[in-house]
Amino acid sequence: MNKEILKLLAKDARMSVGDIALATDLSEEEVKAEIFNMEENGLIRGYKTVIDWESIDSASVSAIIELKVTPKAGYGFEEIAERITKYPEVESCYLMSGVYDLNVVVRGKSFQEVAQFVAKELSTIESVTSTATHFVLRRYKDFNVELANNEPDERGTVSL
Amino acid sequence: MIDYTKILNSTICDVRWSGIRKFFDIANTMEGVISLGVGEPDFPTPWKIRNCAINSLQKGKTRYSSNWGLEALRQEIANYLDRKYDLKYCPKSEILVTVGGSEAIDACIRVITDPGDEIIIPQPSYVCYEPITRVCGGVPVIINTKAENDFKVTAKELIEKITPKTKALILPYPCNPTGAIMEREDLEALGEVLKDTNILVISDEIYSELTFGGKNHVSPANIETLKDRTVVINGFSKSFSMTGWRLGFICGPEPIISQITKLHQFAIMCAPTTSQYAAVEALKNCDEEVREMMEEYDIRRKIMVKGFNEMGLTCREPKGAFYAFPSIESTGMTSDEFCEKLLYAKKVAIVPGTAFGDSGEGFVRASYCYSTSHIKEALSRIKEFLDEIK
Repeated sequence: MNKEILKLLAKDARMSVGDIALATDLSEEEVKAEIFNMEENGLIRGYKTVIDWESIDSASVSAIIELKVTPKAGYGFEEIAERITKYPEVESCYLMSGVYDLNVVVRGKSFQEVAQFVAKELSTIESVTSTATHFVLRRYKDFNVELANNEPDERGTVSL
Repeated sequence: MIDYTKILNSTICDVRWSGIRKFFDIANTMEGVISLGVGEPDFPTPWKIRNCAINSLQKGKTRYSSNWGLEALRQEIANYLDRKYDLKYCPKSEILVTVGGSEAIDACIRVITDPGDEIIIPQPSYVCYEPITRVCGGVPVIINTKAENDFKVTAKELIEKITPKTKALILPYPCNPTGAIMEREDLEALGEVLKDTNILVISDEIYSELTFGGKNHVSPANIETLKDRTVVINGFSKSFSMTGWRLGFICGPEPIISQITKLHQFAIMCAPTTSQYAAVEALKNCDEEVREMMEEYDIRRKIMVKGFNEMGLTCREPKGAFYAFPSIESTGMTSDEFCEKLLYAKKVAIVPGTAFGDSGEGFVRASYCYSTSHIKEALSRIKEFLDEIK
């Protein structure tokens, strides 16, 4: 494991092997091997792009669903959580402290599609006792990136 | 009709405009320019600092502060200088909060310069020392620092320039535009030259937070032989990404700081109060933010230096500030020519070394206050330009 590389990739997944090598004072071969190992052993799970979907006309919608669940004897929440994570509509799924149990982020093409998914799929799961659906109206920040804000560089072109 | 030439001060009128202005005007109005030209950080001021300013405004803390600056801020400056650089100053009598490092430089040169006094200024360096010296009736004496000495001032160069009229030596390190730093032994050598003289060292340390490769900034005030003859100028613009807040400070022996404070009191009253409240937070709680910016600068620095060297423009490793200063001698062009042609051909703006003194000829300054993708795009255009002029 190489924490320095992880930190760099967490900030910018597209950082090139050459740049990482420069930044960490490792050789490119060493960087490649480190990254390969971290991918192989599951420490690095994937690379995604932060996209401002809402700025596109045919935007998809997402919702946060609060699920209350009766945990199964012997399995706790694991079984139900695993089942929910299998749906491709589900972006993320967390076990929560507090008044409800699972926080599920669902993305679909329309409000209707998401609502249908909740009604037909999530709420019908046996151990789910209640659902509360909160549609996302606007994302201001995701993955540490400010989406609402795209300030131009106001520094001018040259200064001494 | 009024004749303005009869109104204006002749010394000021005689000071030349920076020759680079025309180039800047063109670059700043041209569309679609990709620039490596600016001398200020691209990071926004850390939110904590901005939030502190907002809170102070909300509470209505919008009055003048003491002429010296907020007591709390002077105390924090003292703590910070001690913690970071092992420099000890009394917050009550040896620290003055100023409007940027710029006011501090101006005021310091004013309070020491009588007509005819000589101020030694190493170049290539930031552009303000020479004109301010002239405005005060002083005589700028230039040391042309050399690439083979990593643009440091050497004892030999200093000795050659000292005369009975020498009042002060400016030490602008870490250096804009060369990225040079002065290390302990370099400063000790200068200390040996200056120790029995009445020459003041004005150390402009605005880039002190920006040193690379594990080399921490050393101030001339850290050197036994220079300590009591050094004034330290620093500020918040570069280290904390606070250029627009206009806040700096000057520290040094009480007899000098007190005269500067007198001038400051009449000319300025006090530094902006909101900025001062923000600066307290910067010094107290932002080490982590500064470290993160530094790490980012360091990566960019390495990418840029490698890029220039690979395209055949020899670039020494800058050890401080946020500029690369590659040589363009291999192109056979002057710095001005190179920058102008590059601007028109590839719409890349960089600054000719000559903007920082005659000894900047043969070099250009490229700032890495830009994202890595921006830097790479600019570098690839410079490479295309080089290929085309071959």
